[in-house]
Amino acid sequence: MSRPESSAEIAALYQEMILDHYRRPRNKGTLANPDATAEMRNPLCGDEIDLQVSFAGDKVGALKFSGRGCSISQASASMMTQIVEGKSTTEIDSIRTRFRELMLGDATAATDTRLGSLRALSGVARFPARVKCALLAWNALDTILVNRRG
Amino acid sequence: MMRADFPLLANNPGLHYLDSAATSQKPRAVLDAMRDFYETSNANPHRGAYLLSVQATECYHRARLDIARFLGVADPDTLIFTRGTTEALNLVASSWGRTNVGPGDEIVVTALDHHANFVPWQQLAIEKGATVRVCELTADGRLDLDCMKQLVTSRTKVVAFNHVSNALGTINPVTDIVRLVRDRSTAITVCDGAQSAPHFTVDVDAMGVDFYAFSGHKMLGPMGLGGLVGRRALLEKMPPYQSGGDMIEFVYDDRSTWNVLPHKFEAGTPNAAAAVGLAAAVAYLEQIGMDRVLSHERSLMSLAQTRLSEIEGLRIYGPPVTDRSGVVSFTLEDVHPHDLATILDGEGVCIRAGHHCAQPLMRRLNLTATARASFYVYNDEDDVDALVTGIMKARDIFGYVPA
Repeated sequence: MSRPESSAEIAALYQEMILDHYRRPRNKGTLANPDATAEMRNPLCGDEIDLQVSFAGDKVGALKFSGRGCSISQASASMMTQIVEGKSTTEIDSIRTRFRELMLGDATAATDTRLGSLRALSGVARFPARVKCALLAWNALDTILVNRRG
Repeated sequence: MMRADFPLLANNPGLHYLDSAATSQKPRAVLDAMRDFYETSNANPHRGAYLLSVQATECYHRARLDIARFLGVADPDTLIFTRGTTEALNLVASSWGRTNVGPGDEIVVTALDHHANFVPWQQLAIEKGATVRVCELTADGRLDLDCMKQLVTSRTKVVAFNHVSNALGTINPVTDIVRLVRDRSTAITVCDGAQSAPHFTVDVDAMGVDFYAFSGHKMLGPMGLGGLVGRRALLEKMPPYQSGGDMIEFVYDDRSTWNVLPHKFEAGTPNAAAAVGLAAAVAYLEQIGMDRVLSHERSLMSLAQTRLSEIEGLRIYGPPVTDRSGVVSFTLEDVHPHDLATILDGEGVCIRAGHHCAQPLMRRLNLTATARASFYVYNDEDDVDALVTGIMKARDIFGYVPA
């Protein structure tokens, strides 16, 4: 049995930025009149994300999330809302694809500046059991964008 | 003290396995017994006219006798082998339930139940137009027997509960519950014994329940084999749960007749190797002595309780140690149990984090998850030390500051 988790890897997982977003989430709350909503649940661990989006033309205008769960799921949701706000759905698609690569351990994604603060989540790739936590909010956003395309 | 008997633990000296409530590790004696069965006696039981098949049948039969004796079951034919507790409970809900539960009837389950003793009854009620009533808990995580007294009436057909809660470790007063049910109804009692059979002496006949389900893999045996003990009069009247080979007597084009107990409920080729493995597990436990198993766990639990109680911000759920079996369920401030489990994993400590297949319970505790450490024969004080060290590390990483 191999144990990949060293102290350094644990430290890389729980970076200060992640704990900061966990304790002081950005864009947490609800929108008055959202254009679309999606809820994601991870029944295995009980993580919950409810995402609300309003669009401005082709762009995501505002978005808010509510939910509860582990630091990774909540911090990832908080960071996601920051990075996708004001971006076009095409831009968001490309960021989302890159973020998934980051979660699969792609080293080039970990240094890709397009991912901005999301790179703080690169440590998650070393913990396969936690990747689904980091992707929960992105899956909610995916549901909304797929429905919008029809 | 017995770590050396368990190859997985012996091969991983830094591993602190504290998730035995999910599944136990296996001693060499169990692995050897299964290997020996396949190397010396493997054939399809109950089938062939040749000596090897007779030998396989003998092994399977002897395993049943040993396991029945271990559980205090005088009539070994009333011990049905299943895949585990879940299948055993589904067998009762499906076979007895579908035959005996109808519109307007009531089924009482408890807020402490595992989904395996909750969902089958809920689904049966939906199918039959019956109603499920849930027995609530006291503030310290015990079954509220006053609540149960109110719920059990002449309309009640089934009362389902667990012997020991997998989520909190609460030991339930089975004989009191059985008496309470008998005084008020003709309902059957269905006891989920997945967390009791591994940890202390269980005398199924003396407990007086109508059905008792257990899992071999939680008591040092292999995965894939557990059992249902049922009252003979009930089992005799129940229709088969699955049909196929072994469970029939005569098959005509338009009808069939059923084999005798226990075979009526064991369709298809039995898991004889696993039964042999579980018999070896039972022999291993008997050699230690179930009283020593219990006292060993109690002393580790008390130590863990004391050490964990000293950690600021840590909250333990459930009744006092003396009323719990093998389980410490807790939360640490705003550190989510999953984060805690990941950090502990980095220290080689395996704990469970989540809802423990008890979502109705978690909802009542207003939690989505707890962290759970559970103890068994191979754990020692080093495991408790590693648990405490890991929790302190989690506090450190999360830069714990009082709110």
